[in-house]
Amino acid sequence: MEKLLQVDDLRTWFRTSRGIVKAVDGVSFDVAPGKTRAIVGESGCGKSITALSILQLVPEPAGYIASGKIHFGGEDILERSWTDMRGLRGREIAMIFQEPMTSLNPTRTIGWQLSEAMTVHGKDAQAARARALELLERVGLRDPNAALRQYPHELSGGMRQRVMIAIALANRPKLLIADEPTTALDVTVQAQIMRLIKELQDELGMAMLLITHDLGIVSEVAHDVSVMYAGQVVESAPTRDLFRDPRHPYTQGLFASLPARNRRGQDLVTLDGIVPDAANWPVGCRFAERCVHKMDACSTAPQLHGSMSGRQVRCHLPQASEVAK
Amino acid sequence: MNPSLLHQLYNLSPLALIGISIFIFLRARQTPLWGEAFRRLARNPSARTALAVIAGYASIGIADSVGWYDATTQERRTVIDAIFERKPERTYSAPLATVTTGEPKPQKIREKHILGTDSIGADVFYRTLKGVRTAFQIGGMTVLIVTPLALLLGLTAGYYGKWRDDVITYIYTVLSSVPGILLQIAMVLVLGKGIIQICLALGITRWVGLCRMVRGETIKHREREYVRSAKALGVTDMVILVRHILPNLLPVVIISTTLGFSNLVLSEAILSYLGVGVPDNVGSWGNMIDAARDELARDPVIWWNLAAATGAITGLALSLNLFGDALRDAVDPRLRS
Repeated sequence: MEKLLQVDDLRTWFRTSRGIVKAVDGVSFDVAPGKTRAIVGESGCGKSITALSILQLVPEPAGYIASGKIHFGGEDILERSWTDMRGLRGREIAMIFQEPMTSLNPTRTIGWQLSEAMTVHGKDAQAARARALELLERVGLRDPNAALRQYPHELSGGMRQRVMIAIALANRPKLLIADEPTTALDVTVQAQIMRLIKELQDELGMAMLLITHDLGIVSEVAHDVSVMYAGQVVESAPTRDLFRDPRHPYTQGLFASLPARNRRGQDLVTLDGIVPDAANWPVGCRFAERCVHKMDACSTAPQLHGSMSGRQVRCHLPQASEVAK
Repeated sequence: MNPSLLHQLYNLSPLALIGISIFIFLRARQTPLWGEAFRRLARNPSARTALAVIAGYASIGIADSVGWYDATTQERRTVIDAIFERKPERTYSAPLATVTTGEPKPQKIREKHILGTDSIGADVFYRTLKGVRTAFQIGGMTVLIVTPLALLLGLTAGYYGKWRDDVITYIYTVLSSVPGILLQIAMVLVLGKGIIQICLALGITRWVGLCRMVRGETIKHREREYVRSAKALGVTDMVILVRHILPNLLPVVIISTTLGFSNLVLSEAILSYLGVGVPDNVGSWGNMIDAARDELARDPVIWWNLAAATGAITGLALSLNLFGDALRDAVDPRLRS
């Protein structure tokens, strides 16, 4: 099938006083139309920067996209100028951020901000107003009419995230990038918000790139998963395959560290060691220092091996690559 | 006498400032931040008193701005002139005195002067009232020069960064390293004496502080999530600056403008004292204080001219400062010590 979004060997680097920090260092994945791709990984592994890179919103002037290709609907959007990108942002590709508390302008009403999302892309003010009301109703705000005139601080975190979703979906985008949409919310609200996003995704038939570190959400929502570690994708597979049979030692470690019913009463498993410094990645496998299967071959950098089933693993281990071939 | 365009402009400036203040107040009251701030202000007795005093001064200034051309003398007369002007005496007289001072042979005076008279026998109270309009004109017009300039440059430098920031930062760093008063004197000497010239001189030297603050705040807001999400929606930079960031800077701008206003009133007095202030035919507290230099050396001491001008300046500057502080506390209660 034709891919909606295809990211190839993306490298997003930052100039800092410590040298060049390679936050994203050769990331590839794709998203099919109407499907959900999850990117999981721990804090600082580069997943949010990957998401921002797609919209070319990497914090300047320190950050820049060093190389790589991002195809959206067949077009290399990294070739687009800043002005041309603006037509894409919010209309074709929308984004929901992690912090509903601060992602809305505190001095503007909900109605104003929601309308703006549409008037920016040429909708007239009256139509935008009408659609704003409709959207607020759809995302489940109790009193959408009142909410139009309310300010962000008058809403709870969950309600604000619903507003953010309404803003993101205002122009019926083809792709929604959700950067940890539920991390800042209460657990009970998390489930509601994810359900809402899922419903709306099916309704609008849009694709989603879900950035998260919550494997529970991934298993419910995503069709495909890419696991990131130290600025690279270490394993990529259809969700079911990955959960049934994680191949990369890091992915295995992630799953092992989850609480499970059959390990009741035991300490949670943790991965020893820390993520290497992004300004100074090790030459070989970046996970080697923490890996239980470390061997001589690990001093050379492993490639991402692909297989017919759509699984890709970045590891020298025979059991990881053998089946993958 | 045909008033020039410039004269008409500065006759209108207090009204423009009042209009803008009322507009800002009404708009602001609808927002939660300012609505709450105004409620807090209204509960603060010192803010209420300060505001009442400022309003008192302002109404004198406005009364002095409403004027007409006298048919017989062809001179401009205002409401204040009509009510408070007294017949001139021969020379100095103490407050409420019945005879003049400083003459070998004291003369009986023609009218009661509650604050006495000055060297040419003019009523000091009337002269003090005439200074109010000048103070407001200089404060108001300079604010109208300073604020847009500081906002434009501060927002540009803070938001776009890079070479724009370098150029603007360079300009204001150079400007702020020259003593302001020297620059003001130099400019007045070049441009000539006059209210507009003083406003220009003050305006060009006083935007640095506000600009620096606006730049800093803009840099802070530029990195906020709401700006990033506006960008992710495809909103243009100009719209982000004017409609997203600017409203968030208004508290800082309004407070610093209020406090800056009182500083400008004091600056006028200093410039006039140094002899580069407003022309002699315009009421001015600075000129009154300047005249007091000789008067204090006399025997008996002529203190009422100085006391009236100083009292008037202190009253206005103090109320403005108190109000500005109260405003800051009301907008951001965390700053209250």
